[in-house]
Amino acid sequence: MTDTIQVGSYTLKSRLLVGTGKYRDLDETGRAIEASGADVVTMAVRRTNLGQNPNEPNLLDVISPDRYTLLPNTAGCHTADDAVRTCRLARELLDGHQLVKLEVISRSRTLYPDVVETLNAARTLVDEGFEVMVYTSDDPLIAIELEAIGCVAVMPLGAPIGSGLGLQNPYNIREILDQLKVPVIVDAGVGTASDATVAMELGCEGVLMNTAIAEAKDPVKMARAMRLAIESGRLAYEAGRMPRKRYADASSPETGLIE
Amino acid sequence: MQISVNGQTEQVDIQSLEDYLTARGLLGRRIAVEHNGEIVPKSQFSHVMLEDGDVLEIVQAIGGG
Repeated sequence: MTDTIQVGSYTLKSRLLVGTGKYRDLDETGRAIEASGADVVTMAVRRTNLGQNPNEPNLLDVISPDRYTLLPNTAGCHTADDAVRTCRLARELLDGHQLVKLEVISRSRTLYPDVVETLNAARTLVDEGFEVMVYTSDDPLIAIELEAIGCVAVMPLGAPIGSGLGLQNPYNIREILDQLKVPVIVDAGVGTASDATVAMELGCEGVLMNTAIAEAKDPVKMARAMRLAIESGRLAYEAGRMPRKRYADASSPETGLIE
Repeated sequence: MQISVNGQTEQVDIQSLEDYLTARGLLGRRIAVEHNGEIVPKSQFSHVMLEDGDVLEIVQAIGGG
Protein backbone atom coordinates (compact mmCIF):
# COMPACT_ATOMS: atom_id res chain seq x y z
CA MET A 1 0.00 0.00 0.00
CA THR A 2 1.22 3.49 -0.75
CA ASP A 3 -1.15 4.84 1.91
CA THR A 4 0.70 6.85 4.57
CA ILE A 5 -0.20 8.86 7.63
CA GLN A 6 1.34 12.16 8.59
CA VAL A 7 2.01 12.67 12.30
CA GLY A 8 3.71 16.01 12.86
CA SER A 9 6.87 15.92 10.77
CA TYR A 10 6.81 12.10 10.50
CA THR A 11 5.35 10.21 7.54
CA LEU A 12 4.33 6.73 8.66
CA LYS A 13 3.80 3.80 6.35
CA SER A 14 1.89 1.62 8.80
CA ARG A 15 -1.31 2.51 10.59
CA LEU A 16 -0.50 -0.07 13.23
CA LEU A 17 1.68 1.25 16.07
CA VAL A 18 2.97 -1.27 18.57
CA GLY A 19 4.40 -1.45 22.06
CA THR A 20 7.34 -3.51 23.25
CA GLY A 21 6.17 -4.42 26.76
CA LYS A 22 5.15 -7.81 28.22
CA TYR A 23 6.98 -10.03 25.70
CA ARG A 24 8.73 -13.19 26.88
CA ASP A 25 12.13 -11.95 25.70
CA LEU A 26 13.76 -9.57 23.27
CA ASP A 27 13.87 -12.19 20.53
CA GLU A 28 10.09 -12.58 20.63
CA THR A 29 9.72 -8.79 20.76
CA GLY A 30 11.78 -8.41 17.60
CA ARG A 31 9.92 -11.13 15.69
CA ALA A 32 6.47 -9.88 16.66
CA ILE A 33 7.29 -6.32 15.70
CA GLU A 34 8.69 -7.44 12.39
CA ALA A 35 5.47 -9.39 11.70
CA SER A 36 3.30 -6.41 12.66
CA GLY A 37 4.80 -4.28 9.89
CA ALA A 38 4.70 -1.30 12.27
CA ASP A 39 7.16 1.52 11.81
CA VAL A 40 6.31 3.28 15.07
CA VAL A 41 7.35 1.30 18.12
CA THR A 42 6.87 2.50 21.67
CA MET A 43 9.40 2.05 24.46
CA ALA A 44 9.69 2.98 28.11
CA VAL A 45 12.50 4.82 29.90
CA ARG A 46 13.65 3.25 33.13
CA ARG A 47 16.64 3.27 35.47
CA THR A 48 19.54 1.18 34.21
CA ASN A 49 20.06 -1.84 36.41
CA LEU A 50 23.61 -1.19 37.60
CA GLY A 51 24.11 -4.78 38.68
CA GLN A 52 23.47 -6.20 35.24
CA ASN A 53 25.98 -7.53 32.77
CA PRO A 54 26.83 -4.53 30.59
CA ASN A 55 26.81 -6.78 27.52
CA GLU A 56 23.23 -7.87 28.12
CA PRO A 57 21.19 -7.08 24.99
CA ASN A 58 19.37 -3.78 25.09
CA LEU A 59 15.96 -3.10 23.55
CA LEU A 60 17.59 -0.68 21.12
CA ASP A 61 19.84 -3.48 19.83
CA VAL A 62 16.73 -5.39 18.72
CA ILE A 63 14.56 -2.43 17.74
CA SER A 64 17.05 -0.33 15.88
CA PRO A 65 16.39 3.41 15.82
CA ASP A 66 17.70 3.33 12.23
CA ARG A 67 14.91 1.05 11.13
CA TYR A 68 11.98 2.00 13.37
CA THR A 69 10.55 5.31 14.54
CA LEU A 70 10.90 4.95 18.28
CA LEU A 71 8.17 6.45 20.36
CA PRO A 72 9.29 6.88 23.96
CA ASN A 73 6.32 6.87 26.27
CA THR A 74 5.80 8.31 29.72
CA ALA A 75 3.78 5.37 31.02
CA GLY A 76 4.13 5.03 34.76
CA CYS A 77 4.22 8.80 35.28
CA HIS A 78 1.49 10.17 37.53
CA THR A 79 2.36 13.86 37.33
CA ALA A 80 3.08 16.37 34.57
CA ASP A 81 6.55 17.02 36.05
CA ASP A 82 7.53 13.34 35.91
CA ALA A 83 6.24 13.02 32.35
CA VAL A 84 8.16 16.08 31.16
CA ARG A 85 11.34 14.86 32.86
CA THR A 86 10.96 11.44 31.22
CA CYS A 87 10.54 13.04 27.78
CA ARG A 88 13.67 15.13 28.24
CA LEU A 89 15.66 12.02 29.19
CA ALA A 90 14.22 10.16 26.20
CA ARG A 91 15.25 12.97 23.87
CA GLU A 92 18.80 12.69 25.16
CA LEU A 93 18.70 8.89 24.96
CA LEU A 94 17.60 9.01 21.32
CA ASP A 95 19.97 11.76 20.19
CA GLY A 96 17.54 14.65 19.95
CA HIS A 97 14.49 12.76 18.70
CA GLN A 98 11.39 14.92 19.37
CA LEU A 99 8.48 12.49 18.95
CA VAL A 100 7.05 11.31 22.26
CA LYS A 101 3.97 9.57 23.58
CA LEU A 102 2.60 11.50 26.53
CA GLU A 103 0.68 9.38 28.98
CA VAL A 104 -0.11 10.51 32.52
CA ILE A 105 -2.20 7.92 34.27
CA SER A 106 -4.15 7.95 37.48
CA ARG A 107 -3.33 5.76 40.45
CA SER A 108 -6.55 3.82 40.08
CA ARG A 109 -7.39 0.33 38.93
CA THR A 110 -8.70 1.78 35.68
CA LEU A 111 -5.31 3.37 34.81
CA TYR A 112 -7.50 6.10 33.37
CA PRO A 113 -5.62 9.09 31.93
CA ASP A 114 -5.25 11.99 34.37
CA VAL A 115 -6.36 14.64 31.91
CA VAL A 116 -5.52 17.60 34.15
CA GLU A 117 -1.87 16.54 34.43
CA THR A 118 -1.87 15.49 30.77
CA LEU A 119 -2.97 18.96 29.63
CA ASN A 120 -0.29 20.61 31.78
CA ALA A 121 2.45 18.32 30.52
CA ALA A 122 1.32 18.74 26.90
CA ARG A 123 1.65 22.54 27.14
CA THR A 124 5.20 22.32 28.50
CA LEU A 125 6.32 19.68 26.00
CA VAL A 126 4.91 21.53 22.98
CA ASP A 127 6.65 24.71 24.22
CA GLU A 128 9.92 22.77 24.42
CA GLY A 129 9.64 21.63 20.81
CA PHE A 130 8.48 18.07 21.35
CA GLU A 131 6.08 16.47 18.88
CA VAL A 132 3.50 15.07 21.25
CA MET A 133 1.25 12.10 20.57
CA VAL A 134 -1.06 12.13 23.54
CA TYR A 135 -2.93 9.33 25.27
CA THR A 136 -6.20 10.62 26.66
CA SER A 137 -9.73 9.75 27.67
CA ASP A 138 -12.51 9.62 25.11
CA ASP A 139 -13.83 13.04 26.19
CA PRO A 140 -14.24 15.10 22.99
CA LEU A 141 -13.69 18.41 24.82
CA ILE A 142 -10.33 17.30 26.19
CA ALA A 143 -9.35 15.98 22.75
CA ILE A 144 -10.16 19.36 21.20
CA GLU A 145 -8.09 21.14 23.85
CA LEU A 146 -5.11 18.81 23.29
CA GLU A 147 -5.23 19.58 19.58
CA ALA A 148 -5.43 23.32 20.33
CA ILE A 149 -2.32 23.03 22.53
CA GLY A 150 -0.44 21.66 19.53
CA CYS A 151 -0.30 17.89 20.00
CA VAL A 152 0.47 16.14 16.69
CA ALA A 153 -1.86 13.19 17.33
CA VAL A 154 -4.63 12.57 19.84
CA MET A 155 -4.95 9.01 21.10
CA PRO A 156 -8.12 8.22 23.04
CA LEU A 157 -8.53 4.86 24.72
CA GLY A 158 -10.96 2.32 23.31
CA ALA A 159 -11.14 0.58 26.71
CA PRO A 160 -8.82 0.54 29.77
CA ILE A 161 -5.13 -0.26 29.18
CA GLY A 162 -4.47 -3.99 28.93
CA SER A 163 -8.16 -4.88 29.31
CA GLY A 164 -8.63 -6.27 25.80
CA LEU A 165 -12.32 -5.34 25.96
CA GLY A 166 -12.43 -3.88 22.46
CA LEU A 167 -13.90 -0.49 21.54
CA GLN A 168 -16.43 0.39 24.24
CA ASN A 169 -16.98 3.95 23.06
CA PRO A 170 -17.52 4.10 19.29
CA TYR A 171 -19.79 7.16 19.55
CA ASN A 172 -17.24 9.17 21.50
CA ILE A 173 -14.45 8.11 19.14
CA ARG A 174 -16.58 9.14 16.19
CA GLU A 175 -17.33 12.51 17.79
CA ILE A 176 -13.60 13.07 18.35
CA LEU A 177 -12.94 12.14 14.72
CA ASP A 178 -15.53 14.67 13.59
CA GLN A 179 -14.01 17.46 15.67
CA LEU A 180 -10.26 17.03 15.12
CA LYS A 181 -7.94 17.68 12.20
CA VAL A 182 -4.85 15.95 13.64
CA PRO A 183 -4.71 12.15 13.41
CA VAL A 184 -6.85 10.29 15.92
CA ILE A 185 -5.28 6.98 16.91
CA VAL A 186 -7.01 4.55 19.26
CA ASP A 187 -4.56 3.64 21.99
CA ALA A 188 -5.44 0.86 24.43
CA GLY A 189 -8.33 -1.54 24.76
CA VAL A 190 -7.97 -3.67 21.64
CA GLY A 191 -8.18 -7.41 22.40
CA THR A 192 -8.24 -9.12 19.03
CA ALA A 193 -8.11 -8.41 15.32
CA SER A 194 -11.78 -7.50 14.86
CA ASP A 195 -11.47 -4.78 17.55
CA ALA A 196 -8.71 -3.12 15.53
CA THR A 197 -10.81 -3.34 12.39
CA VAL A 198 -13.75 -1.67 14.15
CA ALA A 199 -11.53 1.28 15.11
CA MET A 200 -10.26 1.63 11.56
CA GLU A 201 -13.75 1.36 10.05
CA LEU A 202 -14.81 4.30 12.22
CA GLY A 203 -12.19 6.38 10.42
CA CYS A 204 -9.35 6.39 12.93
CA GLU A 205 -5.95 7.07 11.38
CA GLY A 206 -4.38 4.20 13.25
CA VAL A 207 -4.35 1.97 16.32
CA LEU A 208 -1.65 1.63 18.95
CA MET A 209 -1.55 -1.65 20.85
CA ASN A 210 0.73 -3.72 23.01
CA THR A 211 -0.98 -6.32 25.20
CA ALA A 212 -3.27 -7.70 22.47
CA ILE A 213 -0.18 -8.89 20.62
CA ALA A 214 2.22 -9.59 23.50
CA GLU A 215 -0.26 -11.63 25.54
CA ALA A 216 -1.64 -13.66 22.64
CA LYS A 217 -0.69 -17.35 22.79
CA ASP A 218 1.29 -16.80 19.60
CA PRO A 219 2.34 -13.15 19.54
CA VAL A 220 4.03 -13.33 16.14
CA LYS A 221 0.89 -14.73 14.51
CA MET A 222 -1.31 -12.17 16.29
CA ALA A 223 0.99 -9.39 15.11
CA ARG A 224 0.35 -10.46 11.53
CA ALA A 225 -3.39 -10.74 12.22
CA MET A 226 -3.38 -7.17 13.52
CA ARG A 227 -1.48 -5.93 10.49
CA LEU A 228 -4.13 -7.43 8.20
CA ALA A 229 -6.99 -6.24 10.43
CA ILE A 230 -5.76 -2.65 10.33
CA GLU A 231 -5.30 -2.78 6.60
CA SER A 232 -8.75 -4.31 6.08
CA GLY A 233 -10.45 -1.81 8.35
CA ARG A 234 -8.83 1.10 6.58
CA LEU A 235 -9.75 -0.23 3.14
CA ALA A 236 -13.36 -0.77 4.26
CA TYR A 237 -13.49 2.78 5.63
CA GLU A 238 -12.15 4.20 2.37
CA ALA A 239 -14.45 1.98 0.29
CA GLY A 240 -17.50 3.20 2.24
CA ARG A 241 -19.81 0.56 3.63
CA MET A 242 -23.29 -0.16 2.28
CA PRO A 243 -26.21 1.25 4.23
CA ARG A 244 -27.86 -0.95 6.82
CA LYS A 245 -31.39 -2.11 5.90
CA ARG A 246 -34.09 -3.62 8.02
CA TYR A 247 -35.17 -6.29 5.51
CA ALA A 248 -33.64 -8.59 2.94
CA ASP A 249 -32.68 -7.38 -0.52
CA ALA A 250 -32.03 -10.22 -2.99
CA SER A 251 -28.59 -10.30 -4.57
CA SER A 252 -29.71 -12.09 -7.76
CA PRO A 253 -32.08 -10.47 -10.28
CA GLU A 254 -35.69 -11.33 -9.65
CA THR A 255 -36.59 -11.21 -13.35
CA GLY A 256 -35.81 -13.71 -16.13
CA LEU A 257 -36.47 -16.72 -13.94
CA ILE A 258 -37.19 -20.03 -15.73
CA GLU A 259 -40.82 -21.12 -15.63
CA MET B 1 33.00 10.53 48.57
CA GLN B 2 29.42 9.38 48.59
CA ILE B 3 27.03 9.81 45.68
CA SER B 4 23.53 8.56 44.94
CA VAL B 5 23.00 6.62 41.73
CA ASN B 6 19.51 5.50 40.74
CA GLY B 7 18.41 5.83 44.34
CA GLN B 8 21.31 3.83 45.84
CA THR B 9 24.18 5.45 47.74
CA GLU B 10 27.68 4.50 46.65
CA GLN B 11 31.17 5.22 47.91
CA VAL B 12 33.31 6.18 44.94
CA ASP B 13 36.85 7.37 44.39
CA ILE B 14 36.65 9.00 40.99
CA GLN B 15 36.53 12.48 39.52
CA SER B 16 34.42 12.82 36.41
CA LEU B 17 31.10 11.41 35.33
CA GLU B 18 32.94 9.76 32.46
CA ASP B 19 35.18 7.95 34.96
CA TYR B 20 32.15 6.66 36.81
CA LEU B 21 30.43 5.43 33.65
CA THR B 22 33.64 3.77 32.45
CA ALA B 23 34.06 1.98 35.79
CA ARG B 24 30.48 0.74 35.50
CA GLY B 25 30.91 -0.42 31.91
CA LEU B 26 28.26 2.05 30.78
CA LEU B 27 30.29 4.42 28.64
CA GLY B 28 29.26 4.07 25.02
CA ARG B 29 26.04 2.26 25.97
CA ARG B 30 22.67 3.70 24.97
CA ILE B 31 21.93 5.56 28.18
CA ALA B 32 20.91 9.04 29.30
CA VAL B 33 22.21 10.68 32.47
CA GLU B 34 20.79 13.27 34.82
CA HIS B 35 23.24 14.93 37.21
CA ASN B 36 21.58 16.73 40.13
CA GLY B 37 18.39 17.02 38.10
CA GLU B 38 20.05 18.36 34.93
CA ILE B 39 20.44 16.26 31.80
CA VAL B 40 24.06 15.82 30.78
CA PRO B 41 24.64 15.60 27.01
CA LYS B 42 26.91 12.68 26.07
CA SER B 43 29.54 15.12 24.83
CA GLN B 44 29.80 16.60 28.34
CA PHE B 45 30.41 13.39 30.32
CA SER B 46 34.13 14.11 30.70
CA HIS B 47 33.50 17.71 31.79
CA VAL B 48 31.14 16.95 34.67
CA MET B 49 33.12 16.59 37.93
CA LEU B 50 31.38 14.64 40.67
CA GLU B 51 31.20 15.96 44.21
CA ASP B 52 30.17 14.48 47.51
CA GLY B 53 26.38 14.25 47.77
CA ASP B 54 25.74 14.38 44.01
CA VAL B 55 22.72 12.59 42.63
CA LEU B 56 22.81 10.68 39.36
CA GLU B 57 19.98 9.09 37.43
CA ILE B 58 21.03 6.76 34.63
CA VAL B 59 18.29 5.48 32.33
CA GLN B 60 17.89 3.29 29.30
CA ALA B 61 15.17 2.15 26.91
CA ILE B 62 13.17 -0.90 27.89
CA GLY B 63 10.05 -2.58 26.56
CA GLY B 64 6.83 -0.72 27.18
CA GLY B 65 3.49 0.25 25.68
